[in-house]
Amino acid sequence: MALVEIDDLHVSFSQYEGLVQAVRGVSFSLEPGESLGIVGESGSGKSVTCSALLRLLREPPAKITANTLHLGGHDMLAARPREISAVRGRVAAMVFQDPMTSLDPVFTIGHQIAETITAHRPVSKDEALQRAVALLKRVEIKNAEAVVRYYPHQLSGGMLQRVMIAMALSCEPQVLIADEPTTALDVTIQAQILQLIKDIQIETGMGLIMITHDLGVIAETVDRVVVLYGGKVMETGPVEQIFEAPLHPYTRALLNSIPGQTAGKQRLVEIPGASPNPAHPPAGCPFHPRCPMAIAECHRVTPPLEEKRDGRLAACIRVEPAMVAA
Amino acid sequence: MTTPALELRQITKRFGDMAAVDRVDLVVPRNSVVALVGESGSGKTTTGLLALRLLGSTSGQVLLEGEDITHLSQTKLKPYRRRMQVVFQDSYASLDPMMTLGEIVGEPLGIHGIGSRAERREQSQAWLEKVGLDGSYANRYPHELSGGQRQRVSVARALILGASILVADEPTSALDVSVKAQIVNLLQGLQADMGLSMLFISHDLSVVRSLADEVVVMLRGRVVERAPTDRIFANAQHPYTKALLDAVPTINPRARRRRTFLSRDEIAARTPRFHPSELDAVPLIDTAEPQLVALAGDHFVEAIVAERSVP
Repeated sequence: MALVEIDDLHVSFSQYEGLVQAVRGVSFSLEPGESLGIVGESGSGKSVTCSALLRLLREPPAKITANTLHLGGHDMLAARPREISAVRGRVAAMVFQDPMTSLDPVFTIGHQIAETITAHRPVSKDEALQRAVALLKRVEIKNAEAVVRYYPHQLSGGMLQRVMIAMALSCEPQVLIADEPTTALDVTIQAQILQLIKDIQIETGMGLIMITHDLGVIAETVDRVVVLYGGKVMETGPVEQIFEAPLHPYTRALLNSIPGQTAGKQRLVEIPGASPNPAHPPAGCPFHPRCPMAIAECHRVTPPLEEKRDGRLAACIRVEPAMVAA
Repeated sequence: MTTPALELRQITKRFGDMAAVDRVDLVVPRNSVVALVGESGSGKTTTGLLALRLLGSTSGQVLLEGEDITHLSQTKLKPYRRRMQVVFQDSYASLDPMMTLGEIVGEPLGIHGIGSRAERREQSQAWLEKVGLDGSYANRYPHELSGGQRQRVSVARALILGASILVADEPTSALDVSVKAQIVNLLQGLQADMGLSMLFISHDLSVVRSLADEVVVMLRGRVVERAPTDRIFANAQHPYTKALLDAVPTINPRARRRRTFLSRDEIAARTPRFHPSELDAVPLIDTAEPQLVALAGDHFVEAIVAERSVP
């Protein structure tokens, strides 16, 4: 059974300027042990999708509807608060972009990791603290015995992100959801954290959902990709095929706009215009105002996410389905 | 050799005991883009502020088109500010939310007493169009714009005085991938059209590769390597530059690899070593401290020069 199953998820927020539709019919699933990348730009709905899955959004103003919103066999829409807390940490744990705001500045690192453990498991405080040391060692923090007594401000951004990963691992989740875990970090530290996440994923066999705007992070870490734009899924497929033969014009444009792919000073391939405003999404395909292939129909018809190639889905009426090989 | 647009000579900035920028030499030739790269704490932003004289240096010199502006008072500096301008990373914080875009872009003209009110309005409108915004945006406010559009406004404001030198400090770092290329192209186009010289401060080596003529790599306040962009990417010599390049994520999922990471101490231990005979100009020999030495092809690297290989 799929670990994560999302079908036709909608998330909106009522604000003074009206209804902001952050997620407009997102569907995907994750099998146990699989690694999935969710790539999108700001406002694409990538973070909101995963926050909705864990029911981390305040409702209201958020309003969540879906045909299916399953996590580890739990129906997250029907679940009572107690069940939701049991799922968080044990089934799925999340690592966020900014570790400094995720940690409490007045408690030690060890205290905060131990707190997570005692909240989910019947162990003593001392045992939890010992386990915290072991977890810090696992995320390759060298002087773990000392670091448990440190306060967050005594650690660098990269070290703090390791602490967050240790905390996420503390209840041995079946899936780790990492939301832009390296965006605030320097490039060399980013590479180290990504390698650590991959190593741990392989070692524990847990599932991984990597949320990022950075196609490089996707190329480095995951097996399968969901491309989001304007709150909708544009394309899904295996990572190699997404990079080598993207189906959707948005995916193609995104890949072409990555700078520095070849040597020499050069103009970059840009995508004209800006991402849609989630308060006033365009009718039809959300990408049509920026799409070089758009025709009149794209302005009216919302393209369904359908199989175009062997196991690959795309939401674009301009992509002809190939004869799917038997 | 023609006078460079901007030159820093042995510029140093100390904050207490810590040298944020330590005896940095930097030259931005006319009509070219020099990228200053490094990670947080490397001193690249401080170097930019020193060049702009937005921060006073502890020692060293700042030369703007050959003129020493290191010790000019803020009043005396004012005419020079017309020639050197800046764009920062955070376009939201850089634009006054209470002013219209027309007022923001035209404000430098007012400060320098250029033109009548009507002429200023006309010019700011023209500049908004030049950076790819509709002239009707003049009456809008910063919060109505996307990040990319706000960064366009910052560029228009920086260039309306006809500056010949632009310091751009991470101008694309806060932008979405699809918009980043727009701003890089805008800067590149303006640079070519106006003959701008640019000091482009960035941690993003991919953008640097498409935009810069020369790359200067900083580590802990020191320049550790500098070379024409293609040479940096093809033939980096310093272990820190190599580490930076190696850390850039691949965009080919089939080319994934395990990386080995060097600690700061290991990087220091791998400082290149040269025998004096390997170098054209012979610098100080047998000093323990690494120094910037010249290799072929305008390539400089921080290295130890020794007669004998020291253990």
